[in-house]
Order: sequence, then C-alpha cells, then structure tokens
Amino acid sequence: MKDVERVIAPYRDRAIAQKLVEKIKEEAKTLDGEIRIMHVCGSHEDTITRYGIRSLLPKNVKVVSGPGCPVCITPIEDIIAMQRIMRKAKEEGEEIILTTFGDMYKIPTPMGSFADLKSEGFDVRIVYGIYDTYRIAKENPDKTVVHFSPGFETTTAPTAGMLNAVAQEKLENFKIYSVHRLTPQGIEVLIKQKSRIDALIDAGHVSTIIGVKGWEFLSERYGTPQVVAGFEPNDVLMAVLLLIRMYKEGDARVVNEYKRSVKYEGNVHAQKLIDKYLKVVDAKWRALGIFPKTGLKVRNEWKEFEIRNFYKVEVPKGLPELEKGCLCAAVLRGLAMPTDCPHFGKDCTPRHPIGPCMVSYEGSCNVFYRYGVLY
Amino acid sequence: MCLATVAKVLEVDPSKGTAWVDFGGVEREVRIDLMPDVKPGEYVLVHTGFIIEKVDEKTAREILNAWDEVFEVEPDAMGGYYYPGDRT
Ligand code: SF4
Ligand code: SF4
Repeated sequence: MKDVERVIAPYRDRAIAQKLVEKIKEEAKTLDGEIRIMHVCGSHEDTITRYGIRSLLPKNVKVVSGPGCPVCITPIEDIIAMQRIMRKAKEEGEEIILTTFGDMYKIPTPMGSFADLKSEGFDVRIVYGIYDTYRIAKENPDKTVVHFSPGFETTTAPTAGMLNAVAQEKLENFKIYSVHRLTPQGIEVLIKQKSRIDALIDAGHVSTIIGVKGWEFLSERYGTPQVVAGFEPNDVLMAVLLLIRMYKEGDARVVNEYKRSVKYEGNVHAQKLIDKYLKVVDAKWRALGIFPKTGLKVRNEWKEFEIRNFYKVEVPKGLPELEKGCLCAAVLRGLAMPTDCPHFGKDCTPRHPIGPCMVSYEGSCNVFYRYGVLY
Repeated sequence: MCLATVAKVLEVDPSKGTAWVDFGGVEREVRIDLMPDVKPGEYVLVHTGFIIEKVDEKTAREILNAWDEVFEVEPDAMGGYYYPGDRT
C-alpha cells in the first residue's frame, strides 16, 4: 500500500498542480471564445469540487458535470415497480429481501423511497456491493433475495460476474432488478440533443471496464476530444490541459491519462461476462427521457435472474419525475450548476433533499453542498 | 458509485472465486470473477467487492516522469502532440 501511495502522491502534489494551472492559463489565452468541458462522473465532480479546481481555471474554461451518477438517473417508475413487487410478493405470502446501495435507498419518488418501504416493515437492506447480496441469498435459502441494481459499466461488471458465479452454483433464490446504463451511449444522446459539449473528461473506472476503445466512436462521429482521467486533482488538471490543446488543434481522439488503471481494450473478460448475461435495450434516464440503446436488461436465456419476470406490476403513468422547481434535469445535462437552483442549500440539503442530485453521494448538488462550493 | 480503491492481493482462492486483499491495514475478502488471473503481491483496483483491474505502478511512475515533457512543450508546438506513453 505504501508503494501505491508513493505513486499516487505526485498526482496530488501542489507544485505540480500549480504548474498545470499555469499551463492551462497560458493555453486559454489563445482560445477562441470559451471551452465547455463536460465530465460524466460523480467521482470526478467530487475531485473537482473538493479541490476547488473550478476556482483555479480561467474564466473561458468551463467544467460542467453531465449525468454522472446512475442513482440520479434511475427512473422513478423502476423504484415504484420494485416497491410494488415487494407488496405483491407479500400478498402472495412470499418473502423478498431487497438489497441496494445506500444512496439508491433514499431516492424519493411521489410514492415514497425504499427507505419508506423499510419503515413499513419490509425487509430492505443496504449493501456495499452485489457480493453482499449473494451472501444474504446463501444465508436465507427459503427467501428470494433481489438486488435493485443500478450502475454504469463499472458496477455492471460485478453484477455480471456475480450472475456468472450464481449460474454455475445454481443458486435459485438470487435475483436482480437491472437498471444498468451505458455511459458513452448516454453521452452520445446528450451530444445529439443540443447540450453544448466541446470536450469530454471520460469516467476513469467506467473506462477500466470498457477501455479507451469504448469511447472512440464519440470522437469519430462528433469530433469531440476526450481524455480518460484518473481521480486525483492533478489527473483532472492534466485532462483539462490536454483537452484545451486538443480542442485548439481540432484533434479529435481519446487520450488515456489514466494508464495506470485503464487499458486500451479495457477488461475484456468483464466485457464478455456483461455481454453473456445482459442485452442492450432502450432505456429511460430520469428527467431526461428515453435514450435509445443505453440500458441493459437480463437476456432471455437467463430470465430466471430477473425479478420482473416473476411479478407483473403496473406503475401509474405521468407521475412528475422531479419536484416542482428542481433543476436536476438541467444539472444532469451540464446546462445548470447546482448553485443556479433557488432551492440549493436553502430548502434542499442532503438532510432534506428535494431532488435526486441532492440525495445521491455522487449527485452534483450533494457534492457541491458537502464541500461548500468552491467556485 | 464507480470509485474503486487500490489494494494489495494477499491470497487467492480460485475454487471459491475470491481473494483476500489489504486496503492498507484493512483486510477483506473480494471476488475475482472479473480478474481471475490475479496473484498475491499484485496491486489491484477493487470496486464494490470485486477486483476490476490490476494497477500498473510502473506506468504510473513513468507517466509522472514524462509529465516534465508536458511542462516544456510550447503552445505553438502542439501539432503531433502526444500524451506521455500514449503512442503505445
Ligand atoms: S457511478 Fe461511476 S461514473 Fe457514475 S458518478 Fe459514480 S463513479 Fe462516476
Ligand atoms: S438543489 Fe435540490 S432542488 Fe435544486 S436541482 Fe439540486 S436537487 Fe434539485
């Protein structure tokens, strides 16, 4: 560990950061107008906000956040459907143990959250990962254990890995409710709609799975320069510097700044497992609409793994996706900053969140609030 | 959600599909389904209890050494500019 820390330390080093900032300022002087750099990862937002990176950048270099958190973009219909499955199972005298991540647990919908369901007496448990769900399934052979499974590629890979182990073991009481989403394909929809994105900072750990290769089509089709970046402050500053340079040069390709953990081809074994168990479908992104070919559902060959294949439930149509006045939809498109929202920090806080971006630990509003917004 | 943490592999049990890793003092059991060929002594990225990749320390060091290159490049010498190690 010590070794790794020694390797990481320079990526946080202040003197290097200052040099990078100087270079960025120099480059920005000859920029034609401004550059809007979108990052698509809540963990990048965390680094950017925690280290006050926006406050270090020249005025014509804007870093905006995209739909970086799968919890924020999970449709309320799915949360409600899962709640109804729990109720239906109970009516039929069956018991389901539901597991999900801590932030998913608290996401509000007009019909309550998973936390509300728990307070009604249902067995809902927060887990750190799907491996915990597997252990719970082993310990409770007489109950069905369902993981409500959100996540981009980084989290989809463990889901696929676990399904593979479960298939081999023939563990029958383990199921998922898949709300997995594909990151680059989601960004493509944003680019096609009119979100102005001049350059992209690609999510580092999503890239660990899909590789540099997984992003290339965006540069090819839209001429967008991209940098796959790590999560230390100097990783992000380096990404910004490289992107300004590439943008000025009209150089549309993907540079891998995070070589220490990301390969060109990614984790091929993980990609194969994802493809074995899951299939690409059109999917809704909360408050953003239906994005073609951006969701993953369990393949028919493995349909016994998907709880939706056992219980059919109806969800009322036309429910409001966000509370009135919540700007999450604009925040997720990089068109508004959390601080543009009149509720931010006043009646909307992590203790009393109004929208999903304030609930999820990786939601932009939550990150801004936690670090007191340095920008 | 996708943030992964670096750990050192201590022991691997292929029959169970797990490994014991050390997160700098805290030891935990993690799954190796996504990286079946890990070996004790290697540094890895762990995400929600799964090893998702090996961490290449050598590359990390090399890239840092090569950053100096970046600091020296002139803004107008950008044609054909490459990030250190990007050519491979
Ligand atoms: S889920 Fe992954 S890509 Fe999304 S914000 Fe979290 S770390 Fe980033
Ligand atoms: S501050 Fe609250 S209400 Fe405003 S956009 Fe963020 S989550 Fe929505």
